[in-house]
Amino acid sequence: MNIELFFQYLAAGVTYGTIYAIVAIGFNIIYNTTGIINFAQGEFVMLGGMTAVTLHAFLPLPAAILSAVIITMIIGALIEITFIRWLTSPSVLRMIIITIGISIFIREAALHIWGEAVRALPYFTGTEVTVISAGDVHISPQVLWVIGISAVTVVLLTFFFNYTLLGRQMRACSSNRDAARLCGISAKNMVTLSFVLSAGIGALAGCVVSPITYVQYDSGTGLAIKGFTVAILGGLGNSTAAIAAGLILGILESFSVWVMPTAFKDVVSISILLLILFVRPSGIFGSVEASRLKEF
Amino acid sequence: MRSRYAPVAFFIAVVIAVQFLTLIIDRPQYLTQLTMAGYYSLVIIGLCMLIGYAGQISLGHAGFFAIGGYISAFLTTYDLMPHKGNALAGIVAKAGLLVTVQDLYGGDALVFHPWIACIAAICVTVLIAYVIGGPVLKLKGHYLAMATLGFGTIVYKLVLGTTFFGAADGLSDIPGFKLLPGLEVSGKNSARIQNYYISWGMVALGMLLLANLIHSRVGSALRAIHSAEDAANAMGVNTGRYKLNIFVLSAVFAAVGGIFLTHYNGGIGPSEASIMKSVRYVAIVAIGGMANLWGALSMGIVLNFLSLRGYFGSYDDTVFGVILILIMLFAPEGLLRREVFRNAKKWISGRGKAEGQKA
Repeated sequence: MNIELFFQYLAAGVTYGTIYAIVAIGFNIIYNTTGIINFAQGEFVMLGGMTAVTLHAFLPLPAAILSAVIITMIIGALIEITFIRWLTSPSVLRMIIITIGISIFIREAALHIWGEAVRALPYFTGTEVTVISAGDVHISPQVLWVIGISAVTVVLLTFFFNYTLLGRQMRACSSNRDAARLCGISAKNMVTLSFVLSAGIGALAGCVVSPITYVQYDSGTGLAIKGFTVAILGGLGNSTAAIAAGLILGILESFSVWVMPTAFKDVVSISILLLILFVRPSGIFGSVEASRLKEF
Repeated sequence: MRSRYAPVAFFIAVVIAVQFLTLIIDRPQYLTQLTMAGYYSLVIIGLCMLIGYAGQISLGHAGFFAIGGYISAFLTTYDLMPHKGNALAGIVAKAGLLVTVQDLYGGDALVFHPWIACIAAICVTVLIAYVIGGPVLKLKGHYLAMATLGFGTIVYKLVLGTTFFGAADGLSDIPGFKLLPGLEVSGKNSARIQNYYISWGMVALGMLLLANLIHSRVGSALRAIHSAEDAANAMGVNTGRYKLNIFVLSAVFAAVGGIFLTHYNGGIGPSEASIMKSVRYVAIVAIGGMANLWGALSMGIVLNFLSLRGYFGSYDDTVFGVILILIMLFAPEGLLRREVFRNAKKWISGRGKAEGQKA
């Protein structure tokens, strides 16, 4: 393998890895406030991408993306209010099945609205053949967009959770729900907010990645599984570790193409998921003791 | 004793009555979908044991269905003629495991006998189920759901990406399965009634087996595991072993359904392994009442029949998604349960009384 090809694989791996990390952060936000894994997380990514493509027909690109993110956030809020909010202490199994049902429902609705066509937003700068070259290494500017926007998102989220009142209230709910409620924080609103946030993040990821990966009514499921793998790999609930885990998975997957047929790319990442679940369900960065105390 | 066999006898009577009904209303084509629904019901009653009685969810049972179907399909269609000189092929041929069939172009092809293929498929399923089930069943909740979902996805991606499994087209031209002389699982129109009875005979056998299992020591152990696993463990029930054995049993039910349906349809495609199929099986178990074999079976017949007849049109998957959401929101313990009927009765009679008082 020459150095040039090596960097191409690496760039592809980092791009996908960043997206997986963003999906994983979406999982983590909801998991931290509710203890639920939202199986419909991948559908938020798909909805964001699809809505942005449709809106781009009559709006400039930034406006289309912004509106798509806001629309997906509203859908996220509606989902939480309709299906989750009024349930009193639901069992984990029940929540899993409900969110799976929601994901099927969203996917099928997308199929009836948009059909089976594969869509994509235009490249944010340049076209698909534009490359930025540094020596022998050539990468598409969209890769930089993906990494840049993801990095900004992560920084903003960190700021939000650490320095704003709302973010701190959400963290209070996740660490001790009852104590937070005694302090006058509305736990229910925080749960709704967590759905809104993770829907928005998912939609944004769907928009920035759609020029490279394209988006289709059923592209959410695959992303959800990858995102979950990353969330587990980093330790469920730990968003910083999710970024590292996302990069690891993305790069591993990208280099697997080198030794195996492309058709088996997904098999590699899902095998990693199973392996992690079997061997170290607390994740490579998570603490074994802490995970024992959690309720799965 | 009577209570265990009476439903099975009643079920057989219904099966016979339905066959005559299709004869009377002159809709013999319904038997085709009913036969297919029967094989899908095998998967569903197996899964009902796992979810309802052992309390373990599986989102990957379509994977076992596909493993059974694909292995059987592959062995009964893969022509060994070019490998005849091969020592291994020679041994297999001498052992009488192979049969000569006519291929598409009228030439002879040397393939495995369906019985051998069937047994091989079941053996492989058992092996995979043990290997996967061991570590998977140690997990709980989200992790268990995701691990089984991951397993199902791997099977789907493997059959979709493997050329000798026909990739996206799947395998076709699969010969019929001669169970006994004169008794063949195949899609021929002349054998329609016969196949209807084979399919539902299998289901009746499966129900008998599972009903006996539930009323045995195993059944009590499973109920203990479902209500309080730690307590069951403390009482000396080997919970891990019971869960694993039920997992394997339900995988075998799925594989047998896959094997027979593949021979009946004469083909199998990757969509049989898709996650949506697995979710659909779970949805049917949920609407059937989780721990209610007869509920799961009746819903399996009705919903699969409606779906196969195309009554749901392009909303096929949506119907099952919505069913899942509604059941879990309003009746998380499943729909067809004794308590639900009792409550409904109480509610109706209570309302009757209230109206009576008003009058």
